[in-house]
Amino acid sequence: MIVRGGGAPAGLAPARRAAANPWVRFTVRRLTRFVVSLWILISAAWAIVHAIPGDPVRAALGLTAPQSLVDQERHALGLDQPLLTQYGHFLHGVVTGNLGTSLTYRLPVSQVISSRLPATAGIAGLAFIVVVIIAIPLGMIAGVLTRDDRHPRGELAFSGFSGILASIPQFVLAVGLVALFSVGLHLLPVAGQSGPSSYVLPVVSLAAGPAMLLARVIRVETMRVLHEDYMRTARAKRLPARLVYVRHALPNLLTSTLTVSGIVLSGLVAGTVLVEAVFAWPGMGTALVHSIIAKDYPLVQGFALVYGAAVLLINLIVDVLIAVVDPRSALKET
Amino acid sequence: MRSRSRWLAAFRTPVGVISSILVLALIVVAIVAPSAFGHGASVDDLRQALRGPSAQHLLGTDALGRDLLDRVLVATRLSLIMAALATLIATVGGLLLGALPAVTGRRAGALIGAFINLTFAFPGLLLAMFLAIIFGLGEQGAVLAIGISGIPSIARLAQTLTASIASADYVTAARMLGVRRDKVITRHVLPNIAEPLVISVTLSLGSALLAFAALSFIGLGIQPPGYDLGELLNQGLPQISYDPAASLGPALTVVIAGAAFNLLGDAVARALGPTAVPAGRRRRSQGSAAPASPPVTSGNVLAVDDLTVAFPGPSGALTPVAGVSFALAPGEVVGIVGESGSGKSLTALGVSRLVDSPGVVSAGTLSFAGADLLTRNGPAVRALLGTSLSMVFQDPLSALNPAIKIGPQLAEVTRVHQGQPRKDALARAVDRLSAVRLPAPAKLARQYPHELSGGMRQRAVIAMGLMGAPKVIIADEPTTALDVTVQSQILDLLRTVQAQERAAILLISHDVAVVGQLCQRVLVMYAGRIVEDLPAAALAADAAHPYTRALVATVPDMTTDRDQPLATIAGRPPSPASLPPGCAFAPRCMFATEQCHTQRPALTSFGTRRRVACWHPQITEAAVPLAEGTVPG
Repeated sequence: MIVRGGGAPAGLAPARRAAANPWVRFTVRRLTRFVVSLWILISAAWAIVHAIPGDPVRAALGLTAPQSLVDQERHALGLDQPLLTQYGHFLHGVVTGNLGTSLTYRLPVSQVISSRLPATAGIAGLAFIVVVIIAIPLGMIAGVLTRDDRHPRGELAFSGFSGILASIPQFVLAVGLVALFSVGLHLLPVAGQSGPSSYVLPVVSLAAGPAMLLARVIRVETMRVLHEDYMRTARAKRLPARLVYVRHALPNLLTSTLTVSGIVLSGLVAGTVLVEAVFAWPGMGTALVHSIIAKDYPLVQGFALVYGAAVLLINLIVDVLIAVVDPRSALKET
Repeated sequence: MRSRSRWLAAFRTPVGVISSILVLALIVVAIVAPSAFGHGASVDDLRQALRGPSAQHLLGTDALGRDLLDRVLVATRLSLIMAALATLIATVGGLLLGALPAVTGRRAGALIGAFINLTFAFPGLLLAMFLAIIFGLGEQGAVLAIGISGIPSIARLAQTLTASIASADYVTAARMLGVRRDKVITRHVLPNIAEPLVISVTLSLGSALLAFAALSFIGLGIQPPGYDLGELLNQGLPQISYDPAASLGPALTVVIAGAAFNLLGDAVARALGPTAVPAGRRRRSQGSAAPASPPVTSGNVLAVDDLTVAFPGPSGALTPVAGVSFALAPGEVVGIVGESGSGKSLTALGVSRLVDSPGVVSAGTLSFAGADLLTRNGPAVRALLGTSLSMVFQDPLSALNPAIKIGPQLAEVTRVHQGQPRKDALARAVDRLSAVRLPAPAKLARQYPHELSGGMRQRAVIAMGLMGAPKVIIADEPTTALDVTVQSQILDLLRTVQAQERAAILLISHDVAVVGQLCQRVLVMYAGRIVEDLPAAALAADAAHPYTRALVATVPDMTTDRDQPLATIAGRPPSPASLPPGCAFAPRCMFATEQCHTQRPALTSFGTRRRVACWHPQITEAAVPLAEGTVPG
């Protein structure tokens, strides 16, 4: 969505000059998009309950529940008020951090979320770090070694291995890893969050596929960059190989790497839900699944906000990073 | 009309064969399994409950004693049907949503596009999980949830494709003729996006399969007693400690089923994508003739003898540069001219040891400033080359690294090779930028290359070559990519630099006029070899090789008859893959005799200042020898 910052009021010369600055325009444009997206997300989260066919409260409590209980619950959720009032309350609640009370936990939704968030953020964050640490060197080395059809066998090995690993869904890989390392070799815990060793399998199963995916992209990009004229210039300056690759090639890979990283990180957010299910991880994912099955509407809405905001935030951060790394392409008005 | 054979080609590749066999096998299993294995999959046998794998039950049994392998096979049908239904929803919905911006007004189109982009940012599985609470748990809910969550990616593809087609001439024409909007979509837009769409739909079948497995696995999809592959994995997981096969069986099936569709999509995409042109038969290059006598004299800053650059070809090495010998005296300005493909640039790269593998450079002698470049390759030689041999390339727009500011990019040279501190190196860079007469050099040093014009960038590249103390500047078509007015400024600059630094220049150009202006001596290259080496002053009227004469004749001057077509040399230069056994120019030369076609003339000295490789050198003033069909200048 393109919403321009609008012209500065006449007579305010500094403001007008600021509006002409591409960085100011980019910031205004991108922030506006973020805020509008956030508003759409909040509205969608609110609409979940109202999109459910029939009576959501009756569906949650079951056909045998007495009508009085249904009415009481409906009142507690505010569903007996006019729609616009409900929407206003919801918006107000989001701004003040009051997302209602979970029907199953009987605790404030914000409290459930904040107690669960660290465990999920922990494996997602670690997994992302592992992805970056593995993918960038692996992709660059593979690109340098296999460019121009050198080492065709190495290329086949890399493509085959990374292709297979990238196509295995994270939760399936998790099951395989548990069978091998926990059940077979008794090296690591089967499930649960305990010491550092309990993080190994969840993080590896989250990171392996995305790391291979990113490495494949970086390999192709490396081969493209190595053919650029400025790499010949760098070699003509007789720089050591380390400088040629790290200082001259790497920065030119960053735009595409960041773009794919954003997709990878958004995918990791969804992947945590499944991997948490495999490892009975006490994070948001297991609570989300529980809340959907139990029809705990306030909690589902809260999770929709948190997961959705995480995705929007990742996209915002990636766009800003790309603008910093490659101002030419990002500051263009698109 | 696209040909059938292109589609069939997809199934002839190894990946295509394997993936179509897998997909076919899945479909057969889906049809046959429920009747063939339905009994073992559904009839309880509590005496056999929760057994590990055995010969009778390859994957073991579940809590009710049902055979897990039978259940996996039977579950494949439900998984496939649900994936197909969800893909259908995603495709129809995605097409409608994605094609909409092409036929609505611009404002509505932009809004729809923004909405597609917003939803596309969310992982499909995350959308599906939240949609599951709206549509309810179970088969119907899961199909709707995964189908709808697949809409954004198809819509985005359809939007991109239709946007390019909607602006195509024939669609504009159809709309001008008053064809209705829905007709425009069905008649003109859909047929043209069919190919990428088929690929995308195949791929989304694979991801829908995986999505169902995921959703059922966490308990939001198929509810017991129904079961698909994900639900089986869900039930198998608690047994993992004593029967891993109960989990691995469904897990492996999920992976194979997902991979089968993904690979099939890849195979189709590859077959329909731009086809690789099969490399034509290439001939092995001819063995090199006796090298010309090396013109190396002591005191030369650059001496090259019998330089050959070879690349591996499908049937033997190709040598686009063969047997090149020349020398550069200190401060001398030498040009290399020739048509494109004559090996000029490769000669420059070969001399400066910048030919990248798989290219192989060999030579009898290759020495620069007294250092033998053939045997030495250590840091000392790197520092010598980095500071004394400068390169200026054709396209200044791409020669500078777009990610590094001008100043650090220049400073790098002396920082790396002379260990100069950062600050001093930057000061040197600013000084060098002013030496090439760039305005406001201090400000420029803090700018990125894209903030400079082409001419300024070429000056910056030259300044980079002046960071050390250049003994030789190799300039490969330094002005070709620039405006005519800027061209002469850059040539002037090179002349000034040469005078100030007493550097020799090797100027490579296809432009005989430019070389004639700037150089003292000219090397003429044809088909990878030097055919003539002559003083620049002799170029205009006294060239000995018929090719040199023809090349000079193509340059229009003030006396050129404007009513005549511009002069060209008839025929084409031979490719390095198909060099004739004799003189490479013979097929285009009007002086060619039998000898020219069979024996290659060696580069032979005529006097002290000229070398010619020709059986019939036109040493005396004579009519310009040309092949028929060309016009003398």
